[in-house]
Amino acid sequence: MTDAVLSARPVPAILPRRGGFFGNLSDILWRNPKLLLFLMLAPPVLWLGVVYLGSLFALLLQSFFSIDEFSGLINRDFTLKTYGELLLPSNMDIIIRTVAMAAIVTLASAVIAFPIAYYAARYARGKWKVLFYLGIMLPLWSSYLVKIYAWKLILAKEGILTWLLGKLHLNWLLDAWLSLPVVGGNSLSVSFTGTFIVFVYVWLPFMILPIQAALERVPANLVEASSDLGASPGQTFRNVLFPLALPGIVAGSIFTFSLTLGDYIIPQIIGTSRLFIGQAVYAHQGTAGNIPLAAAFTVVPIVVMGFYLWGAKRMGAFDAL
Amino acid sequence: MTSAVSFRKVSRHFGSVRAVDAVDLDIVPGEFFAMLGPSGSGKTTCLRLIAGFEQPTAGEIRIFDEKADGVPPYRRNVNTVFQDYALFPHLNVLDNVAYGLMVKGIGKAERRRAAEETLTLVKLPGYGARKPGQLSGGQRQRVALARALVNKPKVLLLDEPLGALDLKLREQMQEELKALQRRLGITFVFVTHDQGEALSMADRVAVFNDGRIMQVGTPSEIYERPQSRFVADFVGSSNVLPPDFVQRYSGQRRWGSLRPESIRIGRNVSGDGVAAKLVSASYLGATTRLALDAEGLRLHATVPSGAALPPEGETVTLTFNREHLHLMEEGA
Repeated sequence: MTDAVLSARPVPAILPRRGGFFGNLSDILWRNPKLLLFLMLAPPVLWLGVVYLGSLFALLLQSFFSIDEFSGLINRDFTLKTYGELLLPSNMDIIIRTVAMAAIVTLASAVIAFPIAYYAARYARGKWKVLFYLGIMLPLWSSYLVKIYAWKLILAKEGILTWLLGKLHLNWLLDAWLSLPVVGGNSLSVSFTGTFIVFVYVWLPFMILPIQAALERVPANLVEASSDLGASPGQTFRNVLFPLALPGIVAGSIFTFSLTLGDYIIPQIIGTSRLFIGQAVYAHQGTAGNIPLAAAFTVVPIVVMGFYLWGAKRMGAFDAL
Repeated sequence: MTSAVSFRKVSRHFGSVRAVDAVDLDIVPGEFFAMLGPSGSGKTTCLRLIAGFEQPTAGEIRIFDEKADGVPPYRRNVNTVFQDYALFPHLNVLDNVAYGLMVKGIGKAERRRAAEETLTLVKLPGYGARKPGQLSGGQRQRVALARALVNKPKVLLLDEPLGALDLKLREQMQEELKALQRRLGITFVFVTHDQGEALSMADRVAVFNDGRIMQVGTPSEIYERPQSRFVADFVGSSNVLPPDFVQRYSGQRRWGSLRPESIRIGRNVSGDGVAAKLVSASYLGATTRLALDAEGLRLHATVPSGAALPPEGETVTLTFNREHLHLMEEGA
C-alpha cells in the first residue's frame, strides 16, 4: 500500500526555482553568505561605531581641553591641565571613595549572589526556576527611583528597620554601628552604609545572572568526580566550582563595579553629602559648566575598568572560557 | 573470605520507582566484575551506591567488610571512571591526574611524579601539559583512568567507559583494561549494556533487569546456561524457545534456549527436522546470520559464510543436537 502511494508521483531530483523576489533573494544570499553577514552587521556596526563610540570619543576629546578660569570659556588647545586637576586632593578623594565603594559593593554582591545562583543552577527545576527568574527580574522592572526612595524610607531614622531592630532589642547594635567613623552617620539613610546597602540591592541581579549562567555550564558530574577523588565539599568549591564560576563572577563584577563607578543618583538620595564620581561629573558638566573636568572624571571609570579586566585576565579569570 | 563489595538486600527507590530492589551481591577481591543490563535496569544505580553518590533506601552495603552506609564519597577509597570522563576542563592533564593526591595533601613534587608514572601506565607519557579539550576521546578515557588509578583505589568503578569510543578503539581498550586489571590486581566493577563487552572482559557477570539481578556467573555460564528467558534473550543472540516447542524435543515443559551456531540447515524436507522458511540472510563476514520462520516462531541461525544457501523464501529443514538445547529453570 505505502509503496503504491510513494511511487504514484514521479519526484524530480532537483526541485524547480521558487522564483519571485524573495525566492531569488534567498538563492543570492545562499550563494554569497558574506553578503548576508554584511547586510546583518552593517546597521549595528554603524550604530555602535559612529553614534555610540563616536560620541564617547567626542566626550573624551573634551577632557584634553581646558577651561579658562577667568572667562569660563572652553579653550580648545590640547593640554593635560584638566587631568592635573583630577589629582587635586579634593578630586582624588572622590575617586578613591568611589572606587572603594565599587569594590566593596562588588565583593558583597558576589558573596550574596553565589549561593542564590548555585541553588538556581543546581537544584531549581520547572516552576521553581520560573520563580527564581521572576524574583531576580521583578525588581528590575520597577522604577529605579521608586526603589531608591523606598529604601530611603526603610533606612530612615523613623523607618521600618529602626522599628524592627527596636522590637528585637537590637537598637544598641545599630547605634554602635552608626557611631563608627566613615561608615556611620545620623541614620542609615544618610550614611555610607546606607549607600552601600542600596547599591548592593540594586545591582545584585546583574551579579546573580552571570554566575548562574556560568554554574549552569558546569556539568554536575565534575562535582561528583571531585568528591569521588577525595575532595571535601570545601575543597570541591575551591578547586572546581569557584574556578569554573570565575568567568561568571568576573562578568557580574564588571556590571556591579562599573555601574557603581558611574551612578550619581543613589549616593545623592541615600548617603552623605560627600560626592561620588557620577555626582562630580553631573555637577561639573551642569551647574559649573566645566565640561573638560567632567570629561576627565568620565575617563576615570574607563581606566579603572581597563586595569580591572587586565588584572582579572592575568589572574586567569578567563582561562575556563 | 571478605568480599570487596557486598550488598545485603539493598534497595534504592526514587519515589515509586524501584531503581534497585532488594539486591544481594558479593564481589570477590581482585576480580573483574561486570554489571550488564539494559538502560534503566539499575546497574548504574548500583555503581553509584558503591561510589557513595547514592545512599540505599534499605539494606546494607559493605566495602572490604566496612560498613559504607552514610559514608560520603570522599571518604571511600573507591574511584570512578565516569561515562563521559568528567575531566576538569580548567586543569591540565597532569593536574587532573594529580587531583586526588592534591586534595589529600600530598606534596607537589611527589604527586607530579605519581601522576606522570600513572600517565605512563595508561600509555600517555608526556601529555601532562595539555588541557582535556585538546585530547581525543580515547586519550580522555585514558586520562580518566589514570586519574582514578593514581589513588590506588580498593575498588575501581567504570561506568560504561567505552561507550563513546568507536569500535576499533573500544576493542583495543577492552584488551588493555583487562591486562591492566590483571597486572594491578585491583577489583574492577564495570557497568555496560554491551553483552559482548561484558562476556569478553569480565571474570563474572551480573545480569540486571528491573532493579534486580537475574543471574550471576562466569561469562560461559551466563552464555551457555541462562536461567531465564530474559538472560537468554539479552545475553548474546540465543534463540528462546517456548515450552511447547521444548517439550517435543526434551519431554519437559520448560522454556529453553538454543544458540544460533547449534542450528544446522538442510534442504531435504523430510526426517525429524523442523521445517522453516528462510526469511533473510545477513552477511557478517566469517559467518552469515539467517532469520528463519518456523510456523510463526522466529529463529536465528549462523552458518559459515561461503556455504551454498537456499534462496530467500525457500523452506528448509533445521536440525540440531538435542544436547545443545538448554533448558531454563523458568517453567511454562
